[in-house]
Amino acid sequence: MSRVALSVAGLRYTYPDGREALRGIDLEVGVGQKVAILGPNGAGKTTLALHLNGIHEALAGTVTVGSLELRPESVGEIRRRVGLVFQDPDDQLFMPTVAADVAFGPANLGLVGEELEARVAEALAAVEALSLADRAPHHLSGGERRRVAIATVLAMRPDLLVLDEPTSGLDPAGRRELIATLQSLEMTQLVVTHDLPFALELCDRALILDGGVVVANGQTQKLLSNPDLLAAHRLEMPFGFVGFG
Amino acid sequence: MHAPDGFLNVGTALATGALSAGTIGAALRQSGQTLRDKQIPLAGLAAAFIFAAQMFNFPVAAGTTGHLIGGALAAVLLGPTVGALVVTVVVIVQALAFADGGLTALGYNILNMAIVPAFGGYAVFRLFRRLLPRSAGGVVGAMGLAGLISVVLSAAAFSIEWLFGATAPVPFDTVFGAMVAVHSLIGIGEGVISALVIGAVLAVRPDLVVGASDLDRTQLADRRPAKIRVFAIAALLVTLFVAAVVSQFAAEAPDGLERVALDTGISGAGDSPLSSGPFADYATAGIDNERLSLAIAGVAGSLVTLAVGFGLFAAARGARRGDRSVA
Amino acid sequence: MGAGHAHALYVHEHSAIHNMAPEVKLVATFLFVIAVAVTPRQAIWAFAVYASLLALITLVSRVKPGFLVVRLAAVVPFVLFALLIPFVAGGETVEVLGLTVSREGLWGAWNVLAKATLGAGASILLAATTEISEMLRGMSILKVPPALTAIAMFMVRYLVLVSGELARMRTAMTARGYDPRWLWQAKPLAASAGALFIRSYERGERVHAAMVARGFTGEMPDLGGRRGSRSDWIRAAGLVAVAVTVASFALVFS
Ligand SMILES: Nc1ncnc2c1ncn2[C@@H]1O[C@H](COP(=O)(O)OP(=O)(O)O)[C@@H](O)[C@H]1O
Ligand SMILES: [Mg+2]
Repeated sequence: MSRVALSVAGLRYTYPDGREALRGIDLEVGVGQKVAILGPNGAGKTTLALHLNGIHEALAGTVTVGSLELRPESVGEIRRRVGLVFQDPDDQLFMPTVAADVAFGPANLGLVGEELEARVAEALAAVEALSLADRAPHHLSGGERRRVAIATVLAMRPDLLVLDEPTSGLDPAGRRELIATLQSLEMTQLVVTHDLPFALELCDRALILDGGVVVANGQTQKLLSNPDLLAAHRLEMPFGFVGFG
Repeated sequence: MHAPDGFLNVGTALATGALSAGTIGAALRQSGQTLRDKQIPLAGLAAAFIFAAQMFNFPVAAGTTGHLIGGALAAVLLGPTVGALVVTVVVIVQALAFADGGLTALGYNILNMAIVPAFGGYAVFRLFRRLLPRSAGGVVGAMGLAGLISVVLSAAAFSIEWLFGATAPVPFDTVFGAMVAVHSLIGIGEGVISALVIGAVLAVRPDLVVGASDLDRTQLADRRPAKIRVFAIAALLVTLFVAAVVSQFAAEAPDGLERVALDTGISGAGDSPLSSGPFADYATAGIDNERLSLAIAGVAGSLVTLAVGFGLFAAARGARRGDRSVA
Repeated sequence: MGAGHAHALYVHEHSAIHNMAPEVKLVATFLFVIAVAVTPRQAIWAFAVYASLLALITLVSRVKPGFLVVRLAAVVPFVLFALLIPFVAGGETVEVLGLTVSREGLWGAWNVLAKATLGAGASILLAATTEISEMLRGMSILKVPPALTAIAMFMVRYLVLVSGELARMRTAMTARGYDPRWLWQAKPLAASAGALFIRSYERGERVHAAMVARGFTGEMPDLGGRRGSRSDWIRAAGLVAVAVTVASFALVFS
């Protein structure tokens, strides 16, 4: 691990209703790494993802992106550096057309005119969705929606891409295209998922989160070939999976 | 409810347009800062909900169905100001994108479907909150009555607009009688469904109901409906009674259907003391009991204005105290 | 009364009317409808001219006349009301087809019918040739308060989703034998509407989070888009001028 893209230390968070969702998270991701965050439902994965971008304010602990620590005064810059792709693309695609939606982020950064258009085209091209520019988000297929949602974030040229359950609701072909898209992107990626074969294919390294703490951290292949560890945290490889060489 | 173009005369369309624009402008200014941030997507989703709720058919009797109007429900869920804004947006989009309701009728449609039910309904809601126990059950009961009365208020508002802007020779008392009587019955459905919806939201996310934000956890847990049922049945009886009396009043007016049947020619409206002034000739022409009609119009008008005014006042006070509007 | 469909009236076509900038079409439609509204009802010829204008625009816009007629059905409740007027109205009476009706009432009915139909026709043409998002963009160009257009934008975006959820909940209930016929059986239905509100609200919170994640600070960015060209305005002005002239003539000579 040469340079550090993201480091999280002692992160705690309790929801207003008293639910302790994160109970001291520590993790580090090197520049260019693709890391999977695995864990059962309710483990706190989404809550963690929302902290990386300053949407939730931590009760304790720090989030540092590159060398910039997340604070009220740095939150704008952190949001540019960390691109967060939400679990449900319908939550992310709120503008009337795909192009307007991809433009939303860079326009908030102050881009206008041709520069803005170029940025939109670049982001759509990166996920091979240029032809979708003028379509309405609710007319897209699940896979198209997911790729466009990634483009909305790429348009901000983030250093770190955080994806929350990117394979949920995708058919096998859509899933395959998504893997290809993510593999083609060179930036640092943090992928929240409970789709273990997907994690294995995309990420060398993985963390297992359960009950708001990191319970395992290591090579994806090693973690996934430990059935006791998986069972203890309600994770399962698909029946008959033969991905281990 | 979505009146088309040409339903009321141009003067009334303009006057109600100005009134609606002024109220909505004030509501926008009042909710200014809160609306800027989180509220906008939330208000948009709430508007989608109200739009969907208006397409929501509920059973009335023997398989016939009715649908929600939703103004009072929106006010209790979101607070009167944001509630009125949300329903206004619904009415505008219905007119523009669905050709539902005339463009020149937007002034009175917004007034009758958004402003009067939201602010008037909220005022009624606050009133009954005072009379009913401080509990989830009390909120549900107050919502039911506010839903019912909001529909009647909006029918009364329409009749009064007719007094000023009639475009056909149907006298005020006929319109008022028919509108209020029919809407008392429609209001029962509105009240019951609104109350049930609020009850369902209170059971899961009481924090989302602005109209219940003053209750603490134990009060919210108290869902005893016993007293409310008695109260609701009493209200129902009163409504039926009012509906019957009001429709009687309309039928007795000799210028209704009977007049046509009797074929009694009447002297021109020109010598009526009411034909001058702001009232539409049509709405007052041939009313035998002019004083009674105008007295009723006056009382109804004052009640609607009072209710809306109180709702606006409650909204403004809420804003000053820093109550949340949506979030 | 009224509401009933979650899908807007937009008809995908490429026509001169479709291509007009939305703010121009909004202004023109409003002026046209106002001209209709102020026209005295006796000026039957004026309403004929308005109807021909609408027919012309329908032709140019390539919207099928049948579509227009079907959509006009939205004003049916008011047509019924209008048809009642001659019977409940007072005043001098005339015989029509053996029925004794009020003369004034007939005029009143004609007035509501003519204006409501023409107004709805104009609105339907506007909606059929302008996508909602374009309509909202036109509204912001015309300085409608941004909070209103933004709320409308979110509403329109999520309307299909929200009403789809409602329909699914209903189907799920029907599938389990729920078939309410009386108001007092409506509780499960209302509970589903309550659940729908909560879901909508929570989606609103997630959408807000997604906006904040992309640098939203409370002001919707202006994404530009085409403004009305001079030729758009000139063509619209031509149409409106005809309507306004007709209305003025009708006002003066009646
Ligand atoms: N808005 C919220 N309010 C209260 N509790 C929440 C909220 N969102 C999530 N939680 C709770 O926090 C815990 C972690 O949730 P989440 O981060 O969504 O888990 P995951 O994404 O791993 O499934 C869960 O127990 C969940 O119920
Ligand atoms: Mg999650």
